[in-house]
Amino acid sequence: MSALLEVRDIHTAYGQSRVLFGISLEVAPQECVCLLGRNGVGKTTTMRSIMGLTPPSSGRVTWKGKEITGWAPHRVARAGIGFVPEDRRIFAELTTWENLDVARQVAGRPGGWDIPAVYRLFPKLEELRDRPGGFLSGGEQQMLTIARTLLGNPELLLLDEPSEGLAPLVVEQLLERVLELKQKGLTILLAEQGVEFSLAVADRVYVLEKGEVRYSGSAASLRDDAALRHQLLAL
Amino acid sequence: MEPSFLFGQFLGGLTAAMFLFLIASGLSLIFGVLRVLNFAHGSFYMLGAYLAFQFVQWVGPRTEGFWLAALGAACGIAVLGGLVERLLLRHLYGREELYQLLFTYALVLILGDVAKITWGTGQLSVSRPPSLEGSLNLLGVIVPHYNLFIILLGPTIALIFWFVLQRTSVGRIVRAAAQDREMLSSLGANVGMVYTGMFMVGSFLAGLGGALVTPTQSIVPGMDVAIIVEAFIVVVIGGLGSFWGTFLGALIFGQVLSFGILIFPRFSIFAVSALMAVILIVRPWGLLGRPLR
Ligand SMILES: Nc1ncnc2c1ncn2[C@@H]1O[C@H](COP(=O)(O)OP(=O)(O)O)[C@@H](O)[C@H]1O
Ligand SMILES: [Mg+2]
Repeated sequence: MSALLEVRDIHTAYGQSRVLFGISLEVAPQECVCLLGRNGVGKTTTMRSIMGLTPPSSGRVTWKGKEITGWAPHRVARAGIGFVPEDRRIFAELTTWENLDVARQVAGRPGGWDIPAVYRLFPKLEELRDRPGGFLSGGEQQMLTIARTLLGNPELLLLDEPSEGLAPLVVEQLLERVLELKQKGLTILLAEQGVEFSLAVADRVYVLEKGEVRYSGSAASLRDDAALRHQLLAL
Repeated sequence: MEPSFLFGQFLGGLTAAMFLFLIASGLSLIFGVLRVLNFAHGSFYMLGAYLAFQFVQWVGPRTEGFWLAALGAACGIAVLGGLVERLLLRHLYGREELYQLLFTYALVLILGDVAKITWGTGQLSVSRPPSLEGSLNLLGVIVPHYNLFIILLGPTIALIFWFVLQRTSVGRIVRAAAQDREMLSSLGANVGMVYTGMFMVGSFLAGLGGALVTPTQSIVPGMDVAIIVEAFIVVVIGGLGSFWGTFLGALIFGQVLSFGILIFPRFSIFAVSALMAVILIVRPWGLLGRPLR
């Protein structure tokens, strides 16, 4: 199996404050991999390291066999990695449609995603097309931020805590959409704190603790083994 | 006081306002997108004036070559701005704002000296282009055609910018860059290019303002600092980073200055400064601005 994304022993810091201590992970084509761990263990920082937003101080990130460590974020995006950040980061003063238009204009890759296609995935967005992003609900913003990233035609989606702060019903709808994306062949690296969302979509998991990988294995083994789950996540 | 006299004051204030708008809008755009307060903006304005003078010498004074000279000067300043952003300022993003302020202040000193070395310390002047040499009697006030041109140019430029920012994809990308640079780059945009582009556009406006002001006032060392103070007052009144705020701020500044002169003949800037102080206390983010995050 040759990995699509390979992260080897990365160390990442914010200035003086060191956060990641040698994270290694792999994501194979069409796989859905989840980074599990409590708040502050380094899930977001791992994604930011891959994306080039906070480049690692050592270690390497390899994409389709090519080293991309330290690339500027726009080059990483154009190489096919799409980032959906945890705090959604909608351009609040732009309308839904304007948010999508910006994403479409700056996308550097051809592919099947265009605005009608993301409207088909999230029909609600079409109804809300003229509403400023700042006036969307949390769930609507989450749809918009995923749609926006899809317009860049990524092969790998970094999905950072999509269920955070959303009502259970909304989370369920979102889960369906993510499963749909997975069925379409999109590779996904997900970050989650809880097991509900993650174990429903993930094939494999890495459990992080204090900037290190504490456990890695199949999602099924974690799903079936309540004791292991309890030990790893103290749930 | 006669109505025609008051109307004359009003038109004078309007002309001054439109010049100020040209310059302050560049300052405000650069701040809005890059979050850099460029002290050297006034120096770009001054260099625009000197360059226009130089180009006019080459194409021939008192000819329609003036327009070419003005455009060439503005483009030259845009290129200068682009180089400054690319080669120097870029390294200061992410540092404390104090460094950026100190850097742009150092630029003020350097560019001021460059201008003195190149063009001397005397007064230089440029004539109006022949097509706008005449004047018009408007309700009893003699208004030079050139001033009317400036009064019309201000709103035209404002509308063009409004249209580009609100109604085009490029404008939407610029607004997105102003809101969240990191997110925009994650979507695939080379935000560094957007920054350079905006800095060039802002510098172009400063250079254009400097070039177009030459037929109405002489070019002297020190005009850089004088204008940057005024431009700062304008953006503080209107709201830093707010486009229409800058327009409104310039209109208010022009009128307060123009009528303030009648009330406090020797302290006309006092009225404007007092207004700025009041606004800073009541609405620190300016009339149409928004509180900074
Ligand atoms: N911008 C930052 N500056 C300094 N420290 C940060 C920054 N962002 C996150 N951290 C720290 O890095 C650690 C890991 O954070 P993060 O990667 O966001 O974890 P997670 O996504 O798993 O909640 C935390 O201790 C957090 O306080
Ligand atoms: Mg996080």
